[in-house]
Amino acid sequence: MTTRNEIQFLLNDTLVTTGELGATDTVLDFLRIDQRLTGSKEGCAEGDCGACTVLVGRLVDGGLEYKSVNACIRFLASLDGCHVVTVEHLKGADGGLHPVQQAMVDFHGSQCGFCTPGIIMSLYALWMENPSPTVQQVETALQGNLCRCTGYEPIIRAAMALGRDNSPAQDFLQAERKNIENQLSELSDGRRVVVGPEDNRAILPANLDDLAKLLEEHPDATIVSGATDVGLWVTKFLQPISPAIFVADLDELKKVEVSDSHINIGAAVTYTEFEEAMNANLPQLGEYWNRIAGWQVRNMGTIGGNVANGSPIGDAPPVLIALGAQVTLRKGSNRRVIDVEDYFIDYGKQDQLPGEFVEQIRIPLPAKTEVFSAYKISKRRDEDISSVAVGILVSIADGVIDKARIAYGGMAGTPKRATTVESELVGKAFTADVVEAAAGQLGKDFSPLSDWRASADYRLLSAQNLLRRFHLENTGGPDELSRLSQVQQEISA
Amino acid sequence: MTRHTKIHGAAHTDVQHDSAIKHVTGRADYCDDISEPVGTLHAYLGVSKIAHGKINSIDYAKVHAAPGVVGVLTADDIPGINDISPTHLDDEPVFPTETIEFWGQPLFAVVAKTRDQARRAAELATVDVDPLPHALDPIAAQEADYPFVTAPLKLERGDISDGQKDAEHRIQGRMSIGGQDHMYLEGHIAFALPGEDDDVIVHSSTQHPSEAQHMVARVLGVPSHAVTLNVRRMGGGFGGKETQMNLFCAVAAMAAKKWNRAVKIRPDRDQDMMATGKRHDFVADYDVTFDGDGKIQAVDGVFAARCGFSADLSGPVTDRALFHADNAYYYPNVRLVSRPMKTNTVSNTAFRGFGGPQGVIIAERMMEEIAYKLGKDTLEIRKANFYGEDGRDVTPYHQKVEDNIIGRVVEELEKTADYQARREDVLAFNAKNSVIRKGIALTPVKFGISFTATWYNQAGALVHVYNDGSIHLNHGGTEMGQGLNTKIAQVVAEGFQVDIDRIKITKTTTEKVPNTSATAASSGTDLNGMAAMDAVRQIKERLIKFATQNWNVGEDKVIFENNRVLVGSEDLSFDDFISQAYMARVQLSAAGFYKTPKIHWDRAAGTGRPFYYFSYGAACSEVSVDTLTGEYQIERTDILHDVGKSLNPAIDKGQVEGAFIQGMGWLTTEELWWDDAGQLRTHAPSTYKIPLASDRPKIFNVDLASWSENHEPTIKRSKAVGEPPFMLGISVLEALSMAVASVADYQNCPCLDSPATPERVLMAVEALRQGG
Repeated sequence: MTTRNEIQFLLNDTLVTTGELGATDTVLDFLRIDQRLTGSKEGCAEGDCGACTVLVGRLVDGGLEYKSVNACIRFLASLDGCHVVTVEHLKGADGGLHPVQQAMVDFHGSQCGFCTPGIIMSLYALWMENPSPTVQQVETALQGNLCRCTGYEPIIRAAMALGRDNSPAQDFLQAERKNIENQLSELSDGRRVVVGPEDNRAILPANLDDLAKLLEEHPDATIVSGATDVGLWVTKFLQPISPAIFVADLDELKKVEVSDSHINIGAAVTYTEFEEAMNANLPQLGEYWNRIAGWQVRNMGTIGGNVANGSPIGDAPPVLIALGAQVTLRKGSNRRVIDVEDYFIDYGKQDQLPGEFVEQIRIPLPAKTEVFSAYKISKRRDEDISSVAVGILVSIADGVIDKARIAYGGMAGTPKRATTVESELVGKAFTADVVEAAAGQLGKDFSPLSDWRASADYRLLSAQNLLRRFHLENTGGPDELSRLSQVQQEISA
Repeated sequence: MTRHTKIHGAAHTDVQHDSAIKHVTGRADYCDDISEPVGTLHAYLGVSKIAHGKINSIDYAKVHAAPGVVGVLTADDIPGINDISPTHLDDEPVFPTETIEFWGQPLFAVVAKTRDQARRAAELATVDVDPLPHALDPIAAQEADYPFVTAPLKLERGDISDGQKDAEHRIQGRMSIGGQDHMYLEGHIAFALPGEDDDVIVHSSTQHPSEAQHMVARVLGVPSHAVTLNVRRMGGGFGGKETQMNLFCAVAAMAAKKWNRAVKIRPDRDQDMMATGKRHDFVADYDVTFDGDGKIQAVDGVFAARCGFSADLSGPVTDRALFHADNAYYYPNVRLVSRPMKTNTVSNTAFRGFGGPQGVIIAERMMEEIAYKLGKDTLEIRKANFYGEDGRDVTPYHQKVEDNIIGRVVEELEKTADYQARREDVLAFNAKNSVIRKGIALTPVKFGISFTATWYNQAGALVHVYNDGSIHLNHGGTEMGQGLNTKIAQVVAEGFQVDIDRIKITKTTTEKVPNTSATAASSGTDLNGMAAMDAVRQIKERLIKFATQNWNVGEDKVIFENNRVLVGSEDLSFDDFISQAYMARVQLSAAGFYKTPKIHWDRAAGTGRPFYYFSYGAACSEVSVDTLTGEYQIERTDILHDVGKSLNPAIDKGQVEGAFIQGMGWLTTEELWWDDAGQLRTHAPSTYKIPLASDRPKIFNVDLASWSENHEPTIKRSKAVGEPPFMLGISVLEALSMAVASVADYQNCPCLDSPATPERVLMAVEALRQGG
């Protein structure tokens, strides 16, 4: 099959076909500079402020799904086959203000107005999914949107009024849905896409086998999935990524399969796409998951990417390691399966050969005898990088701990198990004294660093306290214990 | 005949922000949204990678060779004076020539065809520097004998040794108060278009167009009349765009003149945060004596500030810290001293409250210390020390507090927030629970309104009535989201008795109103509103004179009412009336002016009346703290705030809510963290954490004191609103402190430094647990 040397996507109501782009071109620059659609703003260029939020619609199993994303770190090439909706496209039934916009005006939801288009888009995305959200759900939808003027209160009022007074059934995107679906179907031709000059090339594989083939041909390629990390290599560090191979829209990498004992997820499954299976099978992760980044980043970022980039402060690895997850690495048609734990060799060094890629992650579900919890500590509760993150899995038989898997992030150069603590626990009763003694050994497992997120002392102390919390929570500790997390549990419920 | 007598958009009504519809549709143009002329070039700053050093040379060969580069702008290219010190101390070069003073200091600018090219090329210069020792914070600076960046201030009244002599109790303490980045969503930006002769037009996002104009003229070596500064709106300012935009305006203007092309400069967020100033961090030492009831007898305070490498506004900022170190409390004997320390960090600048919050927080810390020492509720101590009548009404700067309403504000809030009962509940909760602890605090604020630089308290406005009856409004203030334009349009609408939609609010430009003051110190509406009202008055006087002559009636028979003008028995639409006035050759344009009366300030003597009036407010916050991790959440906040007779309650309430959250952020999660080499490592929202929607209090009740009217004749008897409610966030810090104190049965004041990050909270818990 021939390759295509142009990308094709719908921008609001216009078909864009262009080959004039490089791998590092961002959606935001395309909108603002090339298209003069200046409603989307650049506030940070790192996916943390949300002023650039747009919707990207994509065909999933034949149906159209819109997600809010950060245009600042999303690469233009990744839009192939998508429908991009910017604030300029929003309209009401009479062609005037859209109900989301009208509510924001009515409730004085804008002051300086710079964050406003992004907030409009996030609230719009929420409204489409959930027309009558709770306050907590609105807060979750706004985790990736900073406002420095209003203190958010009038925005929340607007969002709640919107849910009361309007129905998305009459929304313009609903009316256009069939037409958009048809247009997007026509665009999907199953071809490999190659665009950009030699030194800034973007390649969209036709399918999974094509990806495997491409990576054998280009073992030094940058694999771009949700771009929530690679995006920053470009916007913050001005790094070249060519050739960049885009994998986020490969259907074969987006499968979530649940069995009695496991959840298997493709490497390009986003945090958001994992939530349904997680809520049904791993509800213990709900609160933790809600604290990973903001909504837009969870809509883009993938679990496979979070593992593959090898970061010591990624939020997925500690829980995957604690659960005993395995990763399938593929090179050409060869596959090997290793424990996620073993994938991380050292800071910046993973067990991954040239041309090899993360294809799948296999997560065992805790058995009935196994107690599992995950905790994250950060300076700000939401949309912050962990100071410390931990997944704790303990198996108890006849009152005695027979297995313990405790994996921390933020405590070393890689996500890593607390082996000394684990061995202190195994073979002993699950009592406060035993946990206390084991927690006291944590310093043997870790010598954390001090940085702007946390000091070494705080990291160690709070990491120990999370073991204490784990024990209290799972042995009928004081009632008030869940208080700070109550709100988040409501959301995941 | 009945008719509506109310216009739309009158004073004291909830008018929406004039740009609200443009905001929500993305059609509000910010500086970066302005269409670029063909050939527009882009500038980007090259900055230092060392905190302190002697510059030997800078090699630009690789910069010049980079793709798209048109040229490099260095100190040698400056046609005029290489200095942009806003206080004229000649200590702030556009580009340094001999010494690098902080990590991130602009050294040169690259000009290229695209911003991306300029940004990449700016990394390629080779800077040869001999490192020098550096001091990053005020304590290190004092130890290294660093100088003051500007003359310190002393405020003194009574005799502290008298107050200390027979005191029952004495506490000496120290508090470190963190700084704060503005984190306006729109960063710094300037866009310059060259003109004929010496002319240059600069579009920018500055709170102080006149100063930027003067600085551009100074750097270019041309008269101010050659430079036009335009500001339509800012995407937030908060003080961060008062002086800090001068450099960007100067660079864009110099490049535009040098290459005779339009030039835009917009740093990325990281450079914006590293190269521009922030709220001053302080280390304050206090020595307070008091009696058994907690009544203060003497206060001795020393306020050392991290000013950065230059003075910028550090003089008036540290002055304002001293002016507010009393907050709402009477100190019978007092001595307050500032130490504006030079440090090898970015030059700190204005930020909402302008040093005031750092003063107020020390007053509140002393209340807290006294309360823990005596085993009492902090609110009781506060009440015992409030300014009052009979001799307890003089500030440390010898101004009498004539409009004191703090007692009423606090009493009302105490009731509506149900403070006493909830405090009992908190104590009971803490007695029962070990892991989650709660705290509650009710803190007041009193804030002085006026620029302490007295000459700044002036403003101008320009109002045109066109012969079709439409009205053009311009004034010297700038719109940064605070609703200034809306409020002033309300004043004009009210004056002419026409609907607000008839009034076109136009961009701030130095061409229309000259020599304006910064839109700062919460003064925007007070000053510019009065100037606009003056312009309206002049036009109306001419119109009334015309009407009395034309229709031969008395002045009292000329009534402006609901888009019409009644002249005797005549009932004219406003448009008709204006058309007739025009035909009769009435001047329909006026420049208004205002200067604040009564104020004066003798800095050397430390006496005077620096403030025209005071604004008041109070907040009550309740928090829950996880004593295993230090994480917390704000359960409830109640606020009662005084804005006099509000011009626009909806906008004012928005200011109060937003200021509270910003103040809370300052004291909780917003942490500036420099490494040992002097590099700021929290320089973007990924590392610098301002509050999110989910950080709001779970219950958030905000009320304006609807009974309040300014006792001075300000614009429609309203009061300034921008800064005062920022300090309501202090209630959160103190509530956190109470939750921490509970682990040692409230025997010790935890003395939390700010920001009280989860780490600081947990470490304070741990210290009390270990010590207790």
